[in-house]
Amino acid sequence: MRAVPPLLISTVVAASGCSGNQSALDPNGAPAIHIEHLIIVIVIICTVIWLLVMGVLGLAILRRRDRPAEDPISEKRLTTVVSAAVATTVIIIAGLTIASFYTTRGIGVPEDAALTITVRGQQWWWQIFYASSGATPGFQTANEIHIPVGQDVHLKLESTDVIHSFWVPSLAGKQDLVPGRSNGLLLRAEKPGVYRGQCAEFCGLQHSHMAIMVVAEPAADYERWAAAQSGNAVIPAAPDAVAGQAIFMAKPCAACHTVRGTSASGTTGPDLTHIGSRQTIAAGLVETTRGSLAAWIADPQTLKPGNNMPMVPLTSAELQNISAYMESLK
Amino acid sequence: MSDRVVETLKPALVAGGVLLFICAGGLLGWLRQPRELRLDPPAAADLDQFRLMHNGISGTPPQSYFALGKPYEADAYNLSQGKRLYSWFGCPACHGDGRGGVGPSFLDGWWLYGPEMVSIVASIRDGRPHGMPAFRDKMTIEQIWQLAGYVQTIGSYTPKVAAPSRNDDKNSRPAENRGPAIIMFDEGPTGAHFDQGPSP
Repeated sequence: MRAVPPLLISTVVAASGCSGNQSALDPNGAPAIHIEHLIIVIVIICTVIWLLVMGVLGLAILRRRDRPAEDPISEKRLTTVVSAAVATTVIIIAGLTIASFYTTRGIGVPEDAALTITVRGQQWWWQIFYASSGATPGFQTANEIHIPVGQDVHLKLESTDVIHSFWVPSLAGKQDLVPGRSNGLLLRAEKPGVYRGQCAEFCGLQHSHMAIMVVAEPAADYERWAAAQSGNAVIPAAPDAVAGQAIFMAKPCAACHTVRGTSASGTTGPDLTHIGSRQTIAAGLVETTRGSLAAWIADPQTLKPGNNMPMVPLTSAELQNISAYMESLK
Repeated sequence: MSDRVVETLKPALVAGGVLLFICAGGLLGWLRQPRELRLDPPAAADLDQFRLMHNGISGTPPQSYFALGKPYEADAYNLSQGKRLYSWFGCPACHGDGRGGVGPSFLDGWWLYGPEMVSIVASIRDGRPHGMPAFRDKMTIEQIWQLAGYVQTIGSYTPKVAAPSRNDDKNSRPAENRGPAIIMFDEGPTGAHFDQGPSP
């Protein structure tokens, strides 16, 4: 059997990155579709130009002359060719500029977005605020945004420390989160699904572990989720979770984290009121399971070195109870 | 012949030497102070074991603190972490930007319990009379040492070589790595503090 050429392998491997829940070439939202169209237009035009230039270059090499032609007719022809090339270049670049201008205008934030969510970047996680709407009071969550399908969502992007960038390739373009100002971004999903995003501006040691999940779901499911999230934390029933809650309140945990409905009201760490309902912990680092929660609490600096959560000394029994409590916070 | 070779290679040799010197400096810096993101749990637990004089002023840090190289006083990373903790844990509510308010100032050249790390750590960990709360259950001991290092830097009598990160907004007082506070804010050890301290 013939060996598969390495070029083919690398092409297949590279193309496999074109689909999935984090790809600008697999768009599922209006802004991302606009951007994909722009990408395709620019790539096609540039490919054609590149092929033409290479063709002309090849022709010039094949039909080379030994001495430069200096007669007036050749000079005139040369002038015409060069002028035509310059004019074509100007037209193409102007065309691409206009195309990208209209794309940018098409993905602008509309005045009447159905939902406004504030996303605040922190080293290295996303703090998310939902404003109160109707009967649902406002609430805070982290690293996971839920949005209703087919509706315009206005994201207000802010930062507390350094510049981050919000990028969910399947739904929208990149937008920076700049300390001291508020940027807007239109987010819209046409299909239900979980879309992964990533901080796209180098922001320090754990920049690569700063992921965000956007969960797009039907409006009814979204309403149910928002109503559940806006409520206080469930009161633990299992004995280990009850013990865990007591430890959580007595140890430094409660000085940085909020669990609504309890005395824990710290504001520097992520809100843990419903941490058990989130898909991942530590900004997409690991899936939320009791085991991963315990591993994270036991030694956050080994799982995500440099993050701002200290290692709080706990006995193994305390650790088991606290992770049971965290898991119970659905 | 060999003279000419030396002559031609001279710039390259000088450049190479400078480059080597810079690399060696970088390596030495890294060897001297690799970033320590967390202490080993036994070392962290030992930081709790300092001894305090029974009037609550001054004392002896644990032996392991010297073995670590007194990191919390002279290590830019730990000072920066301390600066972050200073605002995270609400210190400005009473001490302002270091000039005091409800709580005492760190900049007036007057330490109620002395400028030693152990005193400051004890003040933060166990609290002090007249309103200073204990942070024993709110911070880990490592964080308390980081914060104490920063507080000491705010009001140090002598300039430190290491400095915490800069402010994002305008400085409301001289930066932490300037000359000693006593020059800038010398109000003297006056009776203004008679109502504070261990035995008012």
